[in-house]
Amino acid sequence: MTRLDGNAIAGELYDIFGTEMTAATGTCAGCGSARPLGELAVYLQAPGVVARCTSCDHVMIVIVEIRGVRCVDLRGTADVKKA
Amino acid sequence: MEGTAVRRRLNWQTGTVEELVSETPRTRSIRLGLPCWSGHRPGQHVDVRLTAEDGYHAQRSYSIASAPEDENLVLTVERLDDGEVSPFLVDELRTGDELELRGPIGGYFVWETARGGPLLLVAGGSGVVPLRAMLRHHRASGSAVPVRLLYSARSLPDVIYRDELTRLTGNNAIDVHFTLTREQPVGWRGYRRRIDRELLAEVAWPAVDRPLVYVCGPTDFVETAAAALVALGHEPGRIRLERFGGTGGSA
Repeated sequence: MTRLDGNAIAGELYDIFGTEMTAATGTCAGCGSARPLGELAVYLQAPGVVARCTSCDHVMIVIVEIRGVRCVDLRGTADVKKA
Repeated sequence: MEGTAVRRRLNWQTGTVEELVSETPRTRSIRLGLPCWSGHRPGQHVDVRLTAEDGYHAQRSYSIASAPEDENLVLTVERLDDGEVSPFLVDELRTGDELELRGPIGGYFVWETARGGPLLLVAGGSGVVPLRAMLRHHRASGSAVPVRLLYSARSLPDVIYRDELTRLTGNNAIDVHFTLTREQPVGWRGYRRRIDRELLAEVAWPAVDRPLVYVCGPTDFVETAAAALVALGHEPGRIRLERFGGTGGSA
């Protein structure tokens, strides 16, 4: 599966958060490393979108659309700070 | 205060194709007239959406090739033979057609004069597109930041913006290096191998100069370049990456 990065989901993140998010800093709930969301390892062909921490591979964001409703799982993200 | 700014939704808008330029046999630049465009930053992209007669949507992201200072928005698109959107944009789209898009999108893979430098740009194939927006912005803003571009393509006919980039080498602040990985013309004096640690050591500023680095291209290309840069001592925090998906082969 092709690994992309957070730039590839910039539009989806904008839709969800209502603002530009790729330059925002996300903290991984698995290992605590804090990096720009643009650097996340992103897989688009999973069932939905999966974004993983580049340090420990922990799943930080999952986005799935079910019957027109977008479901966003951020349990793997401990914190997000706007740039 | 930024918190009080009105948040703008990322709305779809319709542009009109004003000009089409074939850059290489596989890429085409699309100049658009957009009545509601709010401006962009160099390195950002747009989402393009095609709608079939039965209502089916296909959506892809394309980097903006023009500088904010340019009069019109320009996208440069590479045809992926098994793609849903790019074959239409490269082969079927005509001047005067309408195109639905939203943007600008992204804020991480962005370079503006105020970020400073020295600036090292590393491109694989069509990964040169957002870097070209940065180069045009550099020139339009009269920036004195030293820039080096290392651009890897399969062959000379595959080099996008070839004339424009070749002309840039006359500029004191900008150095352009090409590497042709599959086929070189007779008498080629540029590089002729894939990007690796040795090539980056030769072209890049040493790590002690702390260049800002932007790498864009297919995933394998970007990861090879990033690993080599870190091995050469460049700070990961000063390296920004953008991976392109969907390409079968790498540059």
